[in-house]
Amino acid sequence: MDDESPGAPVEDRRAILRDSLGVGIATGTYGVSFGAVAVASGLDVLQTCALSLLMFTGASQFAMVGVIASGGSPWAGTSTALLLGTRNTLYGLRLAPLLGFRGWRRAAAAQVLIDESTAMSVTRRTRAGARTGFLATGVSIFVLWNLATLIGAVAGEAIGDPRDYGLDAAVGAAFLALLWPRLDRPLHQVVAVLAAAVALGVVPFTAAGVPVLVAAGVALLVGVLPIGTPPDIAPDDPPGHQHQAGSS
Amino acid sequence: MTWAAILAGALGCYLLKLAGLSVPPRVLDHPVVSRVADLIPVALLAALVAVQVVATDSGGLALDARAIGLGAAVLLLVVRAPFLVVVFGAALVAALARLL
Repeated sequence: MDDESPGAPVEDRRAILRDSLGVGIATGTYGVSFGAVAVASGLDVLQTCALSLLMFTGASQFAMVGVIASGGSPWAGTSTALLLGTRNTLYGLRLAPLLGFRGWRRAAAAQVLIDESTAMSVTRRTRAGARTGFLATGVSIFVLWNLATLIGAVAGEAIGDPRDYGLDAAVGAAFLALLWPRLDRPLHQVVAVLAAAVALGVVPFTAAGVPVLVAAGVALLVGVLPIGTPPDIAPDDPPGHQHQAGSS
Repeated sequence: MTWAAILAGALGCYLLKLAGLSVPPRVLDHPVVSRVADLIPVALLAALVAVQVVATDSGGLALDARAIGLGAAVLLLVVRAPFLVVVFGAALVAALARLL
């Protein structure tokens, strides 16, 4: 992957840079909604900003505050966030040979390994192109996402009872918008409906936050079943790309 | 307790990212692992939508303004509205529903 073909032109990298910054700006700004939703869930501004700085993976962050908002223990939120964060491991597995980062560069790059940075780099043919897409997307989202989180959190705290503004409904909408681009396959639709049903089925009997973890069992069960479909991850099908389509 | 959960979650999420960049691909690149990992976000997000919109603080289930907001979100997603429009559009509709 690291052989630069002679035809890998400079303007190619400029185009990658431009596209990556476009995705970065579009995605980073919705940190406003995370900031607003997080303080509506009962976190303070500092905790909200810490999540964006340190956790920095949108779905996990929304999950964490969503579980807390529904009255769940913060640790149930942590578990859900970690389960959602496992997909970044898979992205990393696919990107590692392409990016070829070592040492401190790898440690730094890991923090911006998310849906969008994966999507903008996994399809590149050269290492330089992949690194450009990965870093431009990842770093621009990191900067803007954190700025936007702060703005959303401060604004959210200033406005009073979040329910008056429907911000509790905004959390569900955010999850749905993250889920939406993944519902492109029948298997995913079945899993989504089953998981929602299972979660609601156990709500009356379990502590808040637990139903979501129980629903992850649906993914385990269906994933282990030998259904006659090819593996869901194909080289020309970057998973982050679908998410990006829904969030930008 | 919230701080500890936040920091533990952040550390765990970082280590999950770093593991992907550090582990030899063959170790985890098993078809079943790929399938499960691909389905987990779908299951979790769907469950989060359901719980967020239908469950109440007291452990019951209720269809209220949140569900109307979610309906608006579906409509906005169908017409391919941007993420921010979907999120705040749903909030606006839910807020209006509460006013009525």
